[in-house]
Amino acid sequence: MRQMTGARMVVQALKDQGVEVVFGYPGGAVLPIYDEIFQQNDIRHILVRHEQGAVHMAEGYARSTGKPGVALVTSGPGATNAVTGLTDALMDSIPIIVISGQVPTFMIGTDGFQEADTVGITRPCTKMNWLVKDTAKLSETIHQAFHVATKGRPGPVLVDIPKDVQFATALYTPREEAKTSHYQPRVRGDEDQIAKLVDLIETAERPVFYTGGGVINSGRTASVLLRDLVAETDFPITSTLMGLGSYPASGKNWLGMLGMHGLYEANLAMHGCDVMINIGARFDDRITGRIKDFSPHSKKAHIDIDPSSINKVVRVDVGIVGDVTLVLEEVLRQWRARGSKTNRAALPKWWAQIAEWRAVKCLTYKNSSTVIKPQHALERLEALTKGMDRYITTEVGQHQMWAAQFLGFEDPHRWMTSGGLGTMGYGLPASIGVQVAHPDALVINVAGEASWLMNMQEMGTAMQFRAPVKQFILNNERLGMVRQWQELLHGERYSSSWSESLPDFVKLAEAFGCKGIRIDDPADLDEAIKEMLAYNGPVIFDCRVEKHENCFPMIPSGKPHNEMLLGDADTQGVIGSKGAVLV
Amino acid sequence: MSALNIKKGSTSHSAYELRDPNGDLIESHTLAVLVDNESGVLARVIGLFSGRGYNIDSLTVAEVDHEGHLSRITVVTRGTPQVIAQIKAQLDRLVPVHEVHDLTAEGPSVQRELALFKVSGKGEARIEALRLAEIFRANVVDSTLESFVFEMTGTPEKIDAFADLMRPLGLREIARTGVAALSRGA
Repeated sequence: MRQMTGARMVVQALKDQGVEVVFGYPGGAVLPIYDEIFQQNDIRHILVRHEQGAVHMAEGYARSTGKPGVALVTSGPGATNAVTGLTDALMDSIPIIVISGQVPTFMIGTDGFQEADTVGITRPCTKMNWLVKDTAKLSETIHQAFHVATKGRPGPVLVDIPKDVQFATALYTPREEAKTSHYQPRVRGDEDQIAKLVDLIETAERPVFYTGGGVINSGRTASVLLRDLVAETDFPITSTLMGLGSYPASGKNWLGMLGMHGLYEANLAMHGCDVMINIGARFDDRITGRIKDFSPHSKKAHIDIDPSSINKVVRVDVGIVGDVTLVLEEVLRQWRARGSKTNRAALPKWWAQIAEWRAVKCLTYKNSSTVIKPQHALERLEALTKGMDRYITTEVGQHQMWAAQFLGFEDPHRWMTSGGLGTMGYGLPASIGVQVAHPDALVINVAGEASWLMNMQEMGTAMQFRAPVKQFILNNERLGMVRQWQELLHGERYSSSWSESLPDFVKLAEAFGCKGIRIDDPADLDEAIKEMLAYNGPVIFDCRVEKHENCFPMIPSGKPHNEMLLGDADTQGVIGSKGAVLV
Repeated sequence: MSALNIKKGSTSHSAYELRDPNGDLIESHTLAVLVDNESGVLARVIGLFSGRGYNIDSLTVAEVDHEGHLSRITVVTRGTPQVIAQIKAQLDRLVPVHEVHDLTAEGPSVQRELALFKVSGKGEARIEALRLAEIFRANVVDSTLESFVFEMTGTPEKIDAFADLMRPLGLREIARTGVAALSRGA
């Protein structure tokens, strides 16, 4: 136990928690903490250009390492700018710790300069938050914050620290002496429920594994166990956007992503299965489509660490609350002990059916020799980066869905995308967070020009901290997904969905001091991508693509899985007025 | 977090789930929630109800364990069985929540509310108000020549009934505490 100021406690507690890097932006109410950061060399500080960027960078760091990410912001606007990132992390269950400065305790409630009710504003978008009014409680609260952020279903937390609390001194409580929290979520699945799941595995005629971000959040062992289970049962497997990489895209049982823009074979397998095994996913509305017609003939099992996820939107037959790793261990143990049985008579018929669906080749698109198709650009990016130590982030929209369809992920933690909240402006700062965690890896942000502009100021951060992130912008001068919906749903009235007065991205790159590349001829694509990959520094890659390409397959809102649209020919009058109400 | 101390699916009439969880039948449930008595915790609980569109019919809260700094929140809520199950699960996963008990599902319970009524009047109305108060076992806690303040403890239904009777007799104000509840038995 040592006497020290609150500001020093913050830095000491972060060190005790193994934090290597903090993404942040200084301001009046956090100056004592910045002073402490200045006087040490263990924790690296990455100065962002906007606090939203800091939180997304912390998310990118967390998603690509499995460790919690940390952001440091000042009071008032610093904290309110962090709200989008916190909500993003809450929706996608990403462990991050945001430390915010606050006006001195005696000024709270007086509308002081840069005062905001930070814990009030962030309460609904954090897993937990604390306003620390007593320096003696500060170190314990920070240790508690790390505990809460990482245990159970991970999520964002915030610790709000008034400036006088940072200046005052008290005894520091080391991590191992901190009071243990009553917050100890259940991680071991109920063995009887697991036995019921094993029954289903043994008898299923048309099974499918439906996996999500929970497998990735559970840690690398979960992916290993999942791969064992898939290999030994020989069941087909699909995944949500968040779960890509937990099973390798090159694996023979892989059906591709499912959901609104998922693959035909994946969605029809979900619709037609008799046993659905949900591992760490949450029956999101992008996955289920119309609930009433969602996989109508299946028995459903659901493994989730969050009890409130079970039966939230889809009623399941077997609900298992627990950590994916521990539950899969127990599933494999029981199933193997019972002789590793599956319904071997029925499975070949199911695989034959899946082969028919695969033969539809739902990702087929009409390529062009005169204009770059976005799908083609991603296919070439995939081919030219195959086997590299590669991490992908994305913005939100059509490019995000194409990236999920056309890029293959062999391992977890390689794909960082804003799934639940759908935050445009996520990808660029996230890519910097990933690069900071993996300095020698290839980090590419697949972007649309509209999303990218939302946080483009962070190119300054990339330059300052030598993060050689590649910004692969599929530039269609449109808000592509909005435009697609307007075409299909709103009588082709393209209200405010085009990008006018776009910057010259090459000149913009030069202005930031990095490299800019522009191409619009498919013949130049490979060379340009190679040039981007070879450049030792950040690159803004302005890939001019077909402006009116639609993203298929697509399950229109309010439709079940078996009413997918495969291409433009299918789209006439498909979405009724009820569907138009849904997002 | 401690395991959910809820007898899943039981009702006061049966040990088995007899209801359709997807049915539209709206039920009223009284939940007892034990939480850390720290600033912001009540806001987090209430925010859960408003943010997810759940109903609060009544809410009471006070510290019940001064050493452990635990408060007991008693909340009366309404919803389909599926919604009630969600409310319990959502409450239970909040970090400062220690325990969630569904007093309606876990067996018989006693529910009490305290109310104060200010009734003013003269003559026959005043005498009638006092007579009814005796029948309802309400106490007179304040009186002037033209008014009474009655204090009454009972179920919400009893308090509603008394209020209905007082209304024509000069009811001016009511203050109610909301429901406090405990399960019956040891």
